Amino acid sequence: MAETRRRGPHGPGGHGGPRGGFQKPRDARRTIGTLMGYIGRSKWLLLLVAVCLVLNTVCSIGGSYMLRPLIDDCIVPGDYPRLARTLVFMACVYICAAVLSYTYSRIMVHVAQKATHAIRRDLFAKMQDLPLSYFDTHTHGELMSRYTNDIDTLNEILQNGMVSLVSGVLTFVGVVAVMLYLSPLLFLVTVFSLGLMLVVIMTVGKRSRRYFMAQQKDLGEVNGYIEEMIEGQKVIKVFNHEAKARAGFQERNERYRRSATSAQSFAGAMMPAMGNISHINYALTCCVGALLSIAFGLDLGSLVVYLQYTRQVSQPISQVSQQVNNILAAIAGAERVFEVMETAPEVDEGRTTLVHVTRAADGSLTEAAGRSDGWAWKKPDGELVPLRGDVRFQDVVFRYVPEKTILHGISLYAKPGQKIAFVGSTGAGKTTITNLINRFYEIESGLITYDGIDVRDISKESLRRSLGIVLQDTHLFTGTIADNIRYGKLDATDGEVRAAAKLANADTFISHLPKGYDTWITGDGGSLSQGERQLLAIARAAVADPPVLILDEATSSIDTRTEKLIERGMDQLMAERTVFVIAHRLSTVRNSRAIMVLEQGEIIERGDHDDLIAQRGKYYQLYTGQAELS
Amino acid sequence: MMKKLWPYTRGYRKWILLGVLCSASEAVFELLLPLVMADIVGTGIPAGDTRYILVRGALMVAMALISMSLGIGSAFLSSRAGQGFGANLRQAQYDHIQEFSFRNIEKFSTASLVTRLTNDCNMLQMSLMMSMRLLVRAPVMLVSALVLAISISLKLSRIFLVVLPLLLVLILLIIRHVSPMFSAFQERTDDVNLAVQENLSGIRVVKSFVREDYEKEKFKKRNDALRGTAERAFGFVVMNMPVMMLITYGAIIAVMWYGTPLVQAGELDVALLSTFFTYITQVLMSLMMVSMIMMMLTRAIACGRRVAEVLDEIPDIADASASPGLTVADGSVDFDHVSFKYNDSSEKWNLRDIDLHIKSGMTVGIIGGTGSAKSTLVQLIPRLYEAQEGTVRVGGRPVQDYTMEHLRDAVSMVLQKNTLFSGTIRENLLWGNENASDADIEAACEAAYAAGFIHRMPDGYDTDLGQGGVNVSGGQKQRLCIARALLKKPKVLILDDSTSAVDTATDAKIRAAFRTRLPDTTRIIIAQRIISVMDADLIVVMDDGRIADVGTHEQLMESSEIYRDVYQSQQEGASIDG
Repeated sequence: MAETRRRGPHGPGGHGGPRGGFQKPRDARRTIGTLMGYIGRSKWLLLLVAVCLVLNTVCSIGGSYMLRPLIDDCIVPGDYPRLARTLVFMACVYICAAVLSYTYSRIMVHVAQKATHAIRRDLFAKMQDLPLSYFDTHTHGELMSRYTNDIDTLNEILQNGMVSLVSGVLTFVGVVAVMLYLSPLLFLVTVFSLGLMLVVIMTVGKRSRRYFMAQQKDLGEVNGYIEEMIEGQKVIKVFNHEAKARAGFQERNERYRRSATSAQSFAGAMMPAMGNISHINYALTCCVGALLSIAFGLDLGSLVVYLQYTRQVSQPISQVSQQVNNILAAIAGAERVFEVMETAPEVDEGRTTLVHVTRAADGSLTEAAGRSDGWAWKKPDGELVPLRGDVRFQDVVFRYVPEKTILHGISLYAKPGQKIAFVGSTGAGKTTITNLINRFYEIESGLITYDGIDVRDISKESLRRSLGIVLQDTHLFTGTIADNIRYGKLDATDGEVRAAAKLANADTFISHLPKGYDTWITGDGGSLSQGERQLLAIARAAVADPPVLILDEATSSIDTRTEKLIERGMDQLMAERTVFVIAHRLSTVRNSRAIMVLEQGEIIERGDHDDLIAQRGKYYQLYTGQAELS
Repeated sequence: MMKKLWPYTRGYRKWILLGVLCSASEAVFELLLPLVMADIVGTGIPAGDTRYILVRGALMVAMALISMSLGIGSAFLSSRAGQGFGANLRQAQYDHIQEFSFRNIEKFSTASLVTRLTNDCNMLQMSLMMSMRLLVRAPVMLVSALVLAISISLKLSRIFLVVLPLLLVLILLIIRHVSPMFSAFQERTDDVNLAVQENLSGIRVVKSFVREDYEKEKFKKRNDALRGTAERAFGFVVMNMPVMMLITYGAIIAVMWYGTPLVQAGELDVALLSTFFTYITQVLMSLMMVSMIMMMLTRAIACGRRVAEVLDEIPDIADASASPGLTVADGSVDFDHVSFKYNDSSEKWNLRDIDLHIKSGMTVGIIGGTGSAKSTLVQLIPRLYEAQEGTVRVGGRPVQDYTMEHLRDAVSMVLQKNTLFSGTIRENLLWGNENASDADIEAACEAAYAAGFIHRMPDGYDTDLGQGGVNVSGGQKQRLCIARALLKKPKVLILDDSTSAVDTATDAKIRAAFRTRLPDTTRIIIAQRIISVMDADLIVVMDDGRIADVGTHEQLMESSEIYRDVYQSQQEGASIDG
């Protein structure tokens, strides 16, 4: 089962694939609402930012406006004292503007970082609570890109985009107001060119958006091809397929080059187009203004100031038009992040917990404060039930997806201290059964009990703490070897770690490493062989010392000779515990108390090795190598 | 590094040149415009000369139109050149990777090759594009603005003597201060991403051991660290703009103060004075642009270095000593005292003194524990790796005598970690021989015992496999890979544990089919199960990089302790799939 669920290629998203792009958010209002919840925590700071922004806009518009009295009243008549006074005042205004602009930018950095920090924290915390089925249907690349692309884009917008949008709008409004005040007639000219700009933005924007989508699609294809072919590069070599691989790449590379050239051309043309429309606007304003000043005696200072504003008025338009796309992309990204956060978490309503107990001479149990020898289940009403490791399935029906039933009414029970084995071909439902014991998935009907308690009534934490599991896919974390073993029990002493490693026969190879237990392993333990990694995983489960143990193909990558060597350790590990074993290799399960042969979600045979051989059924066929499995 | 990457602008150099010219002249026009403006405001309006104003206005519109065309031209040309350069670079890297030996590929790792081909190339093409648009523009603007300012008033231009050095020093200081901050920020970001990635791939372990809180705590530390560095870095960056603004405004105020006497003296008109403001702003803008591009280029240089690493990598296996016409005569394989290690600098040999002689048409089984170098041994035959000592011969001649193409056509290998590609079953099979007829394909699939399940699929040979062959089971995938290798009609066929997911009965049938259908082909089979190699003409027992024993099953049962051990461990329980 594990194989089928890991399917699904890690799409091109992981590697510079389509970024936020031009997707539009679906429910922007709701997303913005949630987002507000995050930045709203800095309410007062945001208010301060707003005040700063308004004041800053007033300062910068006012600064330009002061040019008029300066020119008309100071410079032209040569009034030095007045010039000095005005300049000092102007300097103050500019200093204010600079201080204000620094203040709000700095605050926004703080607000943005605080918000994205909280979003990352909540997203990660949420990820820990999601049911496994969520990870089956979403690739790692997809979830990674929530962190790498979506939150980054969002951060950028919070830090710069928002302020830039607001200040753009404010400046525009302010400048237009002053322009209207200075000369409503000249403003007609300005309106004309502003209209022209809007038309350019609309038409070029529409076109460039289309090219951008083509570019993103082709980029995705190039990246996908690269990933697939580089992954299979060794096969390419073995089959002398290099020339074909080149040709295939060239075709996609060329297509991407073409669409990217168009997309970038149009995007790049926007800036010079806007800039020069603004120049034309300036020229027209000059001419009209000059004519007006001759005809109606518009004062020179006013004209110079108006011209200054002509340059200022077009800037916010291109600024805002740029930000709108970014903001839409950021909201779409935020929406994807919040979608993850809003996914229903694992159901965990169980109130029975696992507690340490001490057993009195008469057999009665009392809850112990610290560590003790015994474990018990503490029911919500305070009743203590000793933990024994009795696991039962009654008519369990289960499916991962609605269309396909995986388990059809399975019933089984494992008595404390028994070793139960599951045998069957890939997809028969072996791993599924173990996934249900620790409640990675919810069953559809039937009942699973643990020491007589419905597993749904046990809190997940307690349930899983009582089960040790060694998976086929041994996952190790970056850290030392000791850290990785200690993952099973965080407060294990060095002695306990070493003892567990010895039990798993891992001590030998660890001692041969240059730094022994302090050897740093990175990533997924790439420097260790698959077999060595499995030994570490066994040690990790051993140090946790759980009453019930699940071994899912735990020794599949260990060759038969080494398996023999660790057999004693494994026996010791399995002694007095209920153990569920899944193995392809029948030698691993032969000495089990009960062997269940599964086929298409049903138990078709059960019994111990000798019973099953005597039955001459499927197990016998598997054992003698006569059966065909897919 | 520039020298290293420059050749890949081939075919686009004229566009680069033209594009740079465009953006440079655009910059000049942009600076000439304020002069015309000053003419209108300073000369035309006071004189009330309508005609003059209109002529100048028309001139200005014309100039703006020219400047716009130049700007758009620069945008188009730089996109063309940038994307073209990126495409060239990507293709060159990809082509070069095709020459890589296994060892070269392993040196870089698949993931890092993918990043270099995707992210790094994209960053570089972007950098060329932006540099063409902005990098030339900035110095042209700076110089022209200075020249024009001086032409307006030499006296006032002395202000630049103060402002320019001040700005330059400031920008340098900021760049020097910010870049370590940003590398720290990048590192913290990587830390956070690594934590997420590990958590994702180990989610079952996390849940089984109830380590959610531990993981949250681990993440919190990294997340906090990221926030701290980010606030510091960006908090510093936002100082940039206000400080620059202050300097500019300071300069403007100075111009007014020192300019007023000049206006009074009639040396300067008011309009030209305000033109002066424009130039000051332009100088500042161009310097800001330079600092921005510098930051981008620092990142691009790192990318460029990584790309250059790939391009510089020398494929360590080449056809240098091959005779082009030579083909493999027969399927004999000989190892003459061959020693090999993956890492030249390591002391331990992975294979030590292998002496093994296989006659054409033989079936050879190879058995040995994990890490005994079984795969390593057979990979020397199609020259996937090169032995450091001794000679490997195929068809009686050293493997170096053949071109790679001829050698690998004759030696077909099914790798342990095998890959199918997206496309149909037929397309994948044709990798073996692109001219294979339907009958050839059918025969190969019969031999690999794949025909049965293929015919049961709704679209038969035209069934789409999906990326990585996800639509077939492990055993089916292995059988397809064998069929693909058979289509080559090789002289030597190597199966590296290629039937591990196939049940023993089918495995036996495949071996029987080989015997009848490929009697002349040398077959070398690595297996975990003794039963898979029991009937071979020769069984090689590997142990820790050496040949421990060689012989037939009966001989080895007599003489080899390891072989007996393995045999017994497997007798106690047959295995479904090793």
